[in-house]
Amino acid sequence: MNDFALFTVFGFGAGGWGPAMSVAAVMTFAVAMTGFAIGAIIGVFGAWAKVAGGGALRAIADGYTTVLRGIPDLLVIYLFYFGSSSVLTPIGRLFGAQGFLSLPSFLAGALAIGIVSGAYHTEVFRGAYKIVSRGEIEAARATGMSPVLAFRRVTGPLTLRFAMPGLGNIWQLVLKESSLVSVTGLVEILRQSEIGAGSLKQPFTFYVAAAILYMLIASASGWALQHVENHLIRGLRRA
Amino acid sequence: MDFSFMLSAFLRLLPGIPLTLQLAVISIALGITLALFLALLRLSRIKPLEWMARAYVFVFRSTPLLVQIFLVYYGPGQFPALRHSILWPILREPYWCAIIALALNTGAYGSEIIRGGLQSVPHGQVEAARAFGMGRLQIFGRIVLPLAVRQALPAYGNEIILMVKATALGSVITLMEVTGLAAKMISETYRAIEVFVVAGCIYLVINFLVTRLIQLVEHWLSPHLRSAPISTGFEKKVAA
Repeated sequence: MNDFALFTVFGFGAGGWGPAMSVAAVMTFAVAMTGFAIGAIIGVFGAWAKVAGGGALRAIADGYTTVLRGIPDLLVIYLFYFGSSSVLTPIGRLFGAQGFLSLPSFLAGALAIGIVSGAYHTEVFRGAYKIVSRGEIEAARATGMSPVLAFRRVTGPLTLRFAMPGLGNIWQLVLKESSLVSVTGLVEILRQSEIGAGSLKQPFTFYVAAAILYMLIASASGWALQHVENHLIRGLRRA
Repeated sequence: MDFSFMLSAFLRLLPGIPLTLQLAVISIALGITLALFLALLRLSRIKPLEWMARAYVFVFRSTPLLVQIFLVYYGPGQFPALRHSILWPILREPYWCAIIALALNTGAYGSEIIRGGLQSVPHGQVEAARAFGMGRLQIFGRIVLPLAVRQALPAYGNEIILMVKATALGSVITLMEVTGLAAKMISETYRAIEVFVVAGCIYLVINFLVTRLIQLVEHWLSPHLRSAPISTGFEKKVAA
């Protein structure tokens, strides 16, 4: 049978590829989510450096966002996957380990995605912080809040509110980017589809299935993010 | 950091630049054509056409480019009819498959940018053109399109840079452009960091030049936004 038959191939019964593809989808989600979280942490520091840092910090943050937005993500993934071994192997030798050491592909992929998306996070957080009206910050300070408390109660939540649409875009980007991690052998949706395509000689069927899975995750998470956004702007008067 | 190694890395990656640029230029050119077509469908006010364009944009924007590349490159092999068709000489070449996938992808993103540009044209301009007795095509060619291009250019510039970066995915289907050569060199030498720095610099230079070029076109397209040159009295006298 060499027909285009999504349902017979992707059944959950014996010989069906349903379970494998579902596990792969979870893996895609996990690696994207980890990368997104790492990127968000980098983004907070990056935005802080750009907004409040001195000349040197700002220059570093500017350099980081410019460089990471100007080079292909695939190159960064190669750097982390292969580069980690040139850093880790000598360290491993020091502790008596033999042979090549490298980061597990999940960690290398998540770190690479995190470093790349961190550049976008930085810009989104910085842009959102700029929209927070100065009056709100002054009012918080005037009521005697310490800078940390003012950030936790006023600036932080407001920044998050304005950052939500941008964060949603980054998430969609990261989700699609996670497919690049397949080059390191991590069995996420695309890698699993390659395996399936090879073993059943049905590349079209498997890559269409991969595309559908990505669309499903993208739509479902887009819907969820819209709800979070609606929740965060519930106090805002609409024009 | 070993500079003599980096120099040799640079010399080995250099031959990949023409392929990177070819992939980018051809797919962007095809993509703009497709994007304009899709944007016109989207704004045609004919429901079925509008929905077709919407569905196209949704599918191509919510799936990863790498999946699209694999689908174009490996997918047709599943169908014997395609394998024996006249399309096969094109579909079996990774070069053309990468260009097709990149063009289809950027067409979807570009159509949204162009749509935004077309919709930003003030209605008064169109009315004025109509009052002058211009036909629909004339209005589009003389008024709407130039204004839309000017409006959409900055966003399209970003898309062009994303496309230059996206050509790196060609390396996954065996194309030896800059990233492909870099990956090969990394796996041969295990010196990922140096090779990465060199390859990254090549992309940064390309993208810097692209940014500059777009700024130049933007400047050239918006003479009305520039302030009039102030006479310093020292200019060369131009013969009348």
